Amino acid sequence: MKRFRPDVDAPEYHGPYAPYDIIKEGTIAFVVVAILVVALATLFGSPDTKAVTIRSWSNADPVDFATTALGELNGTTITAGYGAPYNHGSLGQELGPLHLANLVGVTIPVNPVQDFVIAPLTSVPNDHPLRVALAQWHTASSAQRATWVSRYSHAAVHMTWSNGHIVVPATDTGPLGVMINSLTQMARSGALDQALVTGHGFYTTNYTKPLLFVADGTYFANLAKSQHLLGNQWGMMNETDSYPGQAWLWLYTFWYQVPPFSSSPNADVQVWAIMMLASALLLLVPFIPGLRSIPRKVRVYRLIWREHYRTS
Amino acid sequence: MSSTDIERQWTTRLRHRVTGHLPPEKVLPDTQPAYVASWIYVFGVTTMVALSMVILTGFVLAIRGPQWWHTSDVGHYVNSLHLWSVEVFFFAMVIHLWGKFFMAAWRGRRALTWMTGVVTFLTSIAAAFTGYVSQTNFDSQWISTQAKDGINATGAGSIFNVLNLGQMLMWHIVLLPLVAVILTAVHVVMVRVRGVVPPFEDAPPEKP
Repeated sequence: MKRFRPDVDAPEYHGPYAPYDIIKEGTIAFVVVAILVVALATLFGSPDTKAVTIRSWSNADPVDFATTALGELNGTTITAGYGAPYNHGSLGQELGPLHLANLVGVTIPVNPVQDFVIAPLTSVPNDHPLRVALAQWHTASSAQRATWVSRYSHAAVHMTWSNGHIVVPATDTGPLGVMINSLTQMARSGALDQALVTGHGFYTTNYTKPLLFVADGTYFANLAKSQHLLGNQWGMMNETDSYPGQAWLWLYTFWYQVPPFSSSPNADVQVWAIMMLASALLLLVPFIPGLRSIPRKVRVYRLIWREHYRTS
Repeated sequence: MSSTDIERQWTTRLRHRVTGHLPPEKVLPDTQPAYVASWIYVFGVTTMVALSMVILTGFVLAIRGPQWWHTSDVGHYVNSLHLWSVEVFFFAMVIHLWGKFFMAAWRGRRALTWMTGVVTFLTSIAAAFTGYVSQTNFDSQWISTQAKDGINATGAGSIFNVLNLGQMLMWHIVLLPLVAVILTAVHVVMVRVRGVVPPFEDAPPEKP
């Protein structure tokens, strides 16, 4: 006869049965949950903070916008150095010897210089100085462009917004001054929002490029910080205001708060690896000796079935 | 056609198999073992009815499209119902899960019941996440731009682009709810087939 394994096998039940009205139980549960949900929705509502647009960003903080645009040209933004799936800016995060994203490759191509700056500026009509500046940019060598961008970037620490213009105390920066100013004006008018989303045609539901651009600026992160949404503030499991958010992501978010993940450049892939392992363990609990014995050993079941043990 | 031929039909075999495993008294039982007498059992059915509330409120939001709730007080209220249904759903599901863990509810050939429950839980997390990134407001912007790094780092970002609103919305309102509902149905059928796990046989606590 097969040996009885208490964590795998269940004893046969020969005890009494009690009346059970499954339909009534379901109906009562539905009514109670409906009342609870209506009460919570009525009392607390739901958050709806307006989305940041490139227009709102560049009007609120034109210097941050212009600095970010310059960073796109300079290759110093997060997107510029991201790597796969957007570009070849870096090898991306590594898990042991593996750069998983890089193995899959660039599947959502994003070229910050072209997509965030040059292509939108090219779409601006009837702007002679801008057209001349773009022609100067296009005909210049890569080395010349790099020199312009470098000189402009060095001076950009003193960048100001004055009389409706970006002012940078720099000389010999070629078309940079016109380009950055034109892009800022375009952003402030709302035209850059449109240019970035309509790059794929009239109809679009893909906001990859404008979201990456907005996220490259510090304005967006500062708003998030004020709403306790940064990674070191338990990040994306929170919502704006004081709503519970995705509280069920607490374990995922927890790892980002503790060393070595809190300072690891590979934290994302490491935390995902841990969570995959944790999910696999949860899934396979019934088959893992030791883990499947925990319920029997901690004896919480005595509380759950206290009536049964009291009467049997 | 002889009765033997009829018995060998696929349809007949399937019917016998289904009714053998799941007779009407198991589908809609009117009694249950006396040990099923704890508040913890409430959270399974609570999870299911909260899921139905999530789907109902989601239906209403879907009628007028993803932007409606930003411009309509009624829409915003329906969004609030949707949000709090989700919160109640997860609250109940997590308690249900822990309750089943402490009952070792996989015992007695119920491992697949446990596993379908866990996969439903993980699917629900993905469904909720795609909802959060489909809100078309600041929350969805921030959550998606943060979450992309984790998903991209695994290589999955190439086919699951959290910055693509259209893709996330489709996952949220079609693919993941469909999977979650099918898994829930399979999970419930398994519970009905195998029954509720019996208590551990009473034994003195193990000596350390």
